[in-house]
Amino acid sequence: MADVAERTHEPGTPTARRKAGHRPQRRLADRDNALAWIFLMPSVVYIVALVAIPFFLAVGFALSDVTSGDPSFDFVGFRNFEAIFHDPVFWRSLRNTFVFTAVSMVLIVVLGKVLANILIADFRGKWFVRFLVLLPWTTPATLSAISWLWMLDSIYSPVDWVFRKIGILDDLIVIFSDRQNPGPGENMYWLGEPGLAMASVIIVHVWRLTPLAAVIMMAGLVAIPKDLEEAARVDGAGYWRRMFEVTIPMTMPVIAVAALFGAIFTFTDMAVVDVLTNGGPNNATQVLTSWAFFRGIDGGDVGQGAAIALFLFPLLLAAAIAVLRAVRRMELR
Amino acid sequence: MAVIEVRDLVKEFSSHERRRRSGVVRAIDNVSLATEEGEYLVLLGPSGCGKTTLLRTIAGLEQPTSGDVLIDGDVVTGLPPRARSIAMVFQSYALYPHKTVLGNIVFPLRAHGMPADERVKRARKAAELLSIGHLLDRKPRQLSGGERQRVALARALVREPQVFLLDEPLSNLDAKLRASARDELKRFQDEIGTTTIYVTHDQVEAMGLGDRIAVLSHGTVRQVGHPVEVYDDPADTFVATFIGSPPMNLVPHDGMLVGFRPEHLLPAGAMPGSTDGQREVDLAVDRIEYLSGDRHLYGTVTTLGEPTRVVARLPATVGAPISAGETYQFAVAQQRLRFFDADTGLRREPAKV
Repeated sequence: MADVAERTHEPGTPTARRKAGHRPQRRLADRDNALAWIFLMPSVVYIVALVAIPFFLAVGFALSDVTSGDPSFDFVGFRNFEAIFHDPVFWRSLRNTFVFTAVSMVLIVVLGKVLANILIADFRGKWFVRFLVLLPWTTPATLSAISWLWMLDSIYSPVDWVFRKIGILDDLIVIFSDRQNPGPGENMYWLGEPGLAMASVIIVHVWRLTPLAAVIMMAGLVAIPKDLEEAARVDGAGYWRRMFEVTIPMTMPVIAVAALFGAIFTFTDMAVVDVLTNGGPNNATQVLTSWAFFRGIDGGDVGQGAAIALFLFPLLLAAAIAVLRAVRRMELR
Repeated sequence: MAVIEVRDLVKEFSSHERRRRSGVVRAIDNVSLATEEGEYLVLLGPSGCGKTTLLRTIAGLEQPTSGDVLIDGDVVTGLPPRARSIAMVFQSYALYPHKTVLGNIVFPLRAHGMPADERVKRARKAAELLSIGHLLDRKPRQLSGGERQRVALARALVREPQVFLLDEPLSNLDAKLRASARDELKRFQDEIGTTTIYVTHDQVEAMGLGDRIAVLSHGTVRQVGHPVEVYDDPADTFVATFIGSPPMNLVPHDGMLVGFRPEHLLPAGAMPGSTDGQREVDLAVDRIEYLSGDRHLYGTVTTLGEPTRVVARLPATVGAPISAGETYQFAVAQQRLRFFDADTGLRREPAKV
């Protein structure tokens, strides 16, 4: 029967192949549904195991009395939240987090834009400048924070040494600290004065994250058609008008993305705070992440630590929604 | 209105600026060229001939390696574009996508610090002139290709510049729109009379729009002249074969090239006038194309120098029966023959063939 059926075919490839024992069939690579599952599984496992479970665990812990000494789970309702609301350090951390995030974000976006312009510029030796610009981002956070710890040391700070050599150290101390008559050999105490400590943390953080923002914005700048810039030049627009009326409006979506990344990385970061100031002096640089860590891990009160950490979630969610919405509105324009 | 002039202009791109394998690329090679007042000058050439670079150098977007750009006798080399009182329409139109049509048109006026009410009035006038007055609140992406082109023109003319520079403004339009846009562009320029330099690779646009045409190749100007001149009296074989579709036939003969246009190669019997002024040739026809009433005959001429493949264009008015595979007696009027040096490609004095 099969032979008869085959003979009615033209002597062509399908029949010939079937005779040789290779029946055409659907292989695994042709089955899109199966493939979809296979390829998605690793990321599904990852998200469930390392994002979803810890998140719901945190929610559970926040409603429990789990401590490192007594890991048994007892439901306590919102008692942990009441406790942290009555803790002035929590409010201080919350405020610090907002200051830290807002100031860092603004600086990261502005400096990122400047660096992005340098990254796309065409000049001799640009590879070296690009390399230097990206270096802070490629260095491990803790390692660079430790370097900064020495840079800002109360006695051996090279920063202070430079200012002293220039001859402006005493003026800076008068302006930026409460000490009105600094004696000889007195330093800035970058990490010891509350205001300076916050400024130091912000500076180090901005130094670290600006390259990332710069690379994101560089992608946006490169995507602007060259014609537009040239048309604006022929139309008589100067540098600043071109920047504010052509370049920035056209890169607004990427600027928003850079700002979002800057905000989230700042909001959730504790490496810089932990290494530089450990939250001090006197909780002046305590942020939600570091406070949650001190309470939950160092202090052993897992329930309270989880409750503090959970405060990051709605704020980050709101920030993400706000920025993504801004991006969409700009695209629709 | 103004006169634009370039003197001994040279523009080189080093491999640092353009990723070429080695050394220096000469995009403009010693070009001297001047427009007349209110003239429509077309820069015509194949892609890569330097015509756009020349336009950009005149605009001030590129700095020449040497030589000068003059507007109305003043040297403007080295001045930024905004100091040159020029307006340019880009091939892509380069409309600001985040601004409305009105915002696009007033942008050059704002850059020049014109008061708000005045500039809106001027923008509306420019928009009316190009009949896009009803589109002022739209964004560029809501416009068709033809409408975008008009917005770009309106943005260019609203400043009342001394010079218009147009860089292939029709090449992004579909064929049908292109014909009507070309017509509009010409009428519009006749109306405002501003000196215009127009870059294109399309000879039909060049012939239709240009008061004069400058034909460029490899960064040099091959010929400048009225459309009739560059067509009928090409300065060299490049111009002869670049202009005209199909191009001029060139037949090698005794160290020179004998050229004649396809429409001048006609059946001997169909030639007007007496036979003395004619050069008769044999044409072995091997293919016939019918194109909008005309017949294009592809074949080989023998009896005029070396046997060469040529094209003959028979207008619809010539009814002589022709079929492929046959050899016929054709003729060219002596006065229609053009002579070129075989080595240099340049025109030479007529000879007896």
